[in-house]
Amino acid sequence: MKQFFVFVRKECYHIFRDKRTLLILFGMPLVLIVLFGFAITNEIHHVQIAVLDQSRDSYSQRLVQKMTASRYFTVNRYLSGEKDIEPAFRQGDVKMVMVIPNRFAHDFFHEKKAAIQLLTDASDPNTATTLINYANSMIMQYQQELTGELKLPLTISGEVQMVYNPSLKGVFLFVPGVMTLILMLVSAMMTSITITREKELGTMEILLVSPLKPVMIIAGKVIPYIVLSFLIALIILAMGAWVFAMPVKGSLLLLLLECILFGLTALSLGILISSVTNSQQTAMMISLMGLMLPTILLSGFVFPLESMPKALQVVANAIPAKWFNIILKDVMLKGMGLRQVWMPTLILCGMTVFFLAVSIRKFKIRLS
Amino acid sequence: MNNNAIVTKDLTKRFGDFTATNAITFEVGQGEIFGFLGANGAGKTTAMRMLCGLLKPSSGEAKVAGYDIYTQTEQIKKRIGYMSQKFSLYEDLTVKENIRFYGGIYGLSNRQIKEKTRQLLARLQLEKEAGHLVSSLPLGWKQKLSFSIAVLHDPSIVFLDEPTGGVDPITRRQFWDLIYESADKGVTIFVTTHYMDEAEYCNRISIMVDGKIKALDTPSGLKKQYNAGSMNDVFLQLARAKS
Amino acid sequence: MRTIFFLLQKEFLQIFRNRSMLPIIFLVPVVQLLVLAFAANYEIKNLSIDVVDQDGGAWSRQLRDKLTASGYFSLYKQPASTEAAFEDLESGGADLVLVIPRHFERDLVRHNEVKVQLLVNAINGSKAGLAAGYAGNIIGDFNRRVRLEWLALDEDDAPSHFDVSYRYWYNPDMNYKFFMVPGILVVLVTMIGAFLSGMNIVKEKEIGTIEQLNVTPIKKIHFITGKLLPFWIIALFELAFGLTVGKLVFDLPMVGNIGWVFLFAAAYLLVMLGLGLLISTITETQQQSMFITWFFLIIFILMSGLFTPIESMPVWAQKITLFNPVAYFVKVIRMVMLKGSGWGDISYYLGVMLLFAVALNGIAVWNYRKTV
Repeated sequence: MKQFFVFVRKECYHIFRDKRTLLILFGMPLVLIVLFGFAITNEIHHVQIAVLDQSRDSYSQRLVQKMTASRYFTVNRYLSGEKDIEPAFRQGDVKMVMVIPNRFAHDFFHEKKAAIQLLTDASDPNTATTLINYANSMIMQYQQELTGELKLPLTISGEVQMVYNPSLKGVFLFVPGVMTLILMLVSAMMTSITITREKELGTMEILLVSPLKPVMIIAGKVIPYIVLSFLIALIILAMGAWVFAMPVKGSLLLLLLECILFGLTALSLGILISSVTNSQQTAMMISLMGLMLPTILLSGFVFPLESMPKALQVVANAIPAKWFNIILKDVMLKGMGLRQVWMPTLILCGMTVFFLAVSIRKFKIRLS
Repeated sequence: MNNNAIVTKDLTKRFGDFTATNAITFEVGQGEIFGFLGANGAGKTTAMRMLCGLLKPSSGEAKVAGYDIYTQTEQIKKRIGYMSQKFSLYEDLTVKENIRFYGGIYGLSNRQIKEKTRQLLARLQLEKEAGHLVSSLPLGWKQKLSFSIAVLHDPSIVFLDEPTGGVDPITRRQFWDLIYESADKGVTIFVTTHYMDEAEYCNRISIMVDGKIKALDTPSGLKKQYNAGSMNDVFLQLARAKS
Repeated sequence: MRTIFFLLQKEFLQIFRNRSMLPIIFLVPVVQLLVLAFAANYEIKNLSIDVVDQDGGAWSRQLRDKLTASGYFSLYKQPASTEAAFEDLESGGADLVLVIPRHFERDLVRHNEVKVQLLVNAINGSKAGLAAGYAGNIIGDFNRRVRLEWLALDEDDAPSHFDVSYRYWYNPDMNYKFFMVPGILVVLVTMIGAFLSGMNIVKEKEIGTIEQLNVTPIKKIHFITGKLLPFWIIALFELAFGLTVGKLVFDLPMVGNIGWVFLFAAAYLLVMLGLGLLISTITETQQQSMFITWFFLIIFILMSGLFTPIESMPVWAQKITLFNPVAYFVKVIRMVMLKGSGWGDISYYLGVMLLFAVALNGIAVWNYRKTV
């Protein structure tokens, strides 16, 4: 057992001496979470619009003022004619053009109906929709101001309640995502690289002829990484909780245990990769293409799974990160217990056992 | 004095508090085989890297092939060949492609490259392997190829940094035959080594201890001076004296 | 000049001899393009909705049908109680719940006003915002129709109001892939530019051949050019390849002159290659270089407006994106391909790119000391 700890200590030296990598390992989750938390919101801010005001009366000017008084829109330019619209869009900054026709005030008060046209750059369809939603509600407010208390009869109003994330914080989606990503990075990628490195340098042979059992060697190599990834998971959770007031509604213990479970799953994947490769570069490429990309793309972290084609949704089932993401969201945000998350938990356990079994088989084939 | 290939005066290199090379002064004549001996960490490689223009000296003067190592490194580089202790041909290129590449960057014309390639392959009896990847060659062949490529552009001085590490005695002997051939053509050879039998092949040798040159003479001169039977004894006497 | 020729020849030999390089250059991009184009789909359609209809009248049924007929929502369940609907929300079965209260019809007529409740799963905030927006629009439409029907309200009798009409330009079918695919091409080109070039230089350090080159009379600038130029060429080729695949598979619109895209890519790649070079000067092993490049690229890409619009960033973050080269290329490639922007529109961005290129490469070259 003492030899084993000596071995673990050696591994820790490797990790802690490479300051640059360590800095990135701890820095990356922090930067990512801060970015996601502060920089990516679900509101629009200062979207540049252009105004084609053909009426130029005080009412149309007040409408434009109202639009810009909000933080949502800034007027990038005033257009002098319809021929200017196209170039304004093409230049790239203008995302919406508001066209106010001639005799705007006159139409409103005498014809009881004034037309306003909103043209959007729908090359990004979602932003275009959002812009129209915002602009529309501001125009309606202005209308209300002009008509005073006069309310339309038979009004059905929708009362929207955002459940689980009332302030629409993007960070709620990203904290679990970043956690998955980092655990995958540290546990799977780093371990596969560190094991193949020993193979490449030839030090693996030296270790294998030592009285330590191969299982112990592998365990010794991966234990520091389990600890490391667990530490990082804790940091991410703490950041989420303190900086972004992200709740842990379910049991913290369950959450931590699930983190360890996913760490193990990722680790078993790392070992599997190292058992089929001999060079660091191949290990890196396989981890990057085979693990990191699917983790980012198909775990539901950045892209909603339900809007993907069926085939991809099926493929996503084979990705551990998807299940871990479900567990994290359910436990942290919805406050569920093991009773509700047993299924994904069981799937993760199954995957871990499967990967370990395959890699042990591979190792044995190699040795005999 | 002007005919000397290498002249140094109080050449010093410090890394922080540590003085790797401490005011070394020596001269190497044109066409000479100059052995540069010393224990690991004695400062040999540092000295050699300064002479090749890979490191800027902290103080002192030196001229290689008549050019100043502070200001005329580009001139020096055209006139020297270098072979490091780490194998430094491209393993994923073939023998021929390596020759062509190094010939090209030293500015040989296509005709020269063709001719040189033919001669080199014939000399090393590598014609059959010309199209093989360098990674598939045994170590000894790689080292001989490395050397031949280092002298491909007919440099006036070749620096060899422990060129025969890990090579079997027969190949080492063949390697030294290559060195003698070059020396006969008037090329100056500056070589570091750990093998004392190799030291005997040199015209003159210097022995470095702790960044300083402790002895400099012909092999027989040194043996006489230290009253020793072999170079090994000379070396051990000097190295022990330090501790 | 001849030196560069020999360096290039050597690089290409090495790149194409490396068996793991070929799939990285040809296969991975296609797979990435296809998978990403389908995966990175924020097209919000078919949101599953629970309708809790406590009223059960004709109008509430009409409202429900109007929602499901819109194409944005598909009916998941019609639970009897809000509690049951909450469970669907919790299990992820339903994205949102519409609760139509008891006496909906009666209250609407009697009090002239009634509230319906929308519960939206907001863990994915942007999705929730859009879902609420769509639902709100549909309810508003429904409201107008009810008024017309019930009151037989003539337009002339209505109080003064604005008649707002919308036009979606450049992508009238709201095809999200047209928006994403050009952006994904940027990612592909970026990967080749920054990753491979940086790793390639560090590799020479790692295997020690760089020392051999350093004692040769190769000029710093020749060496760097010889190292970077192959990836510049490969990345531009990759762009052409990706555009072809995009055209064939997704029928990608190319409104503007595609030449501008290549011109801009050429300048953009200089920036990315400079980044790769700079990273290679501060790292010793391929592993380190890969980690650091990955770190920067992930920030660049996430902050580029590729996946989440720059408009949704706070103002300070929008300012930061002014220093993000990826953001410029993403913007320009979309401008040219979807909107047909031309020289006058992109020349400013091109200038910025060249400025970046000069700055980054300047620092990198200055940092890259031949005398190690």
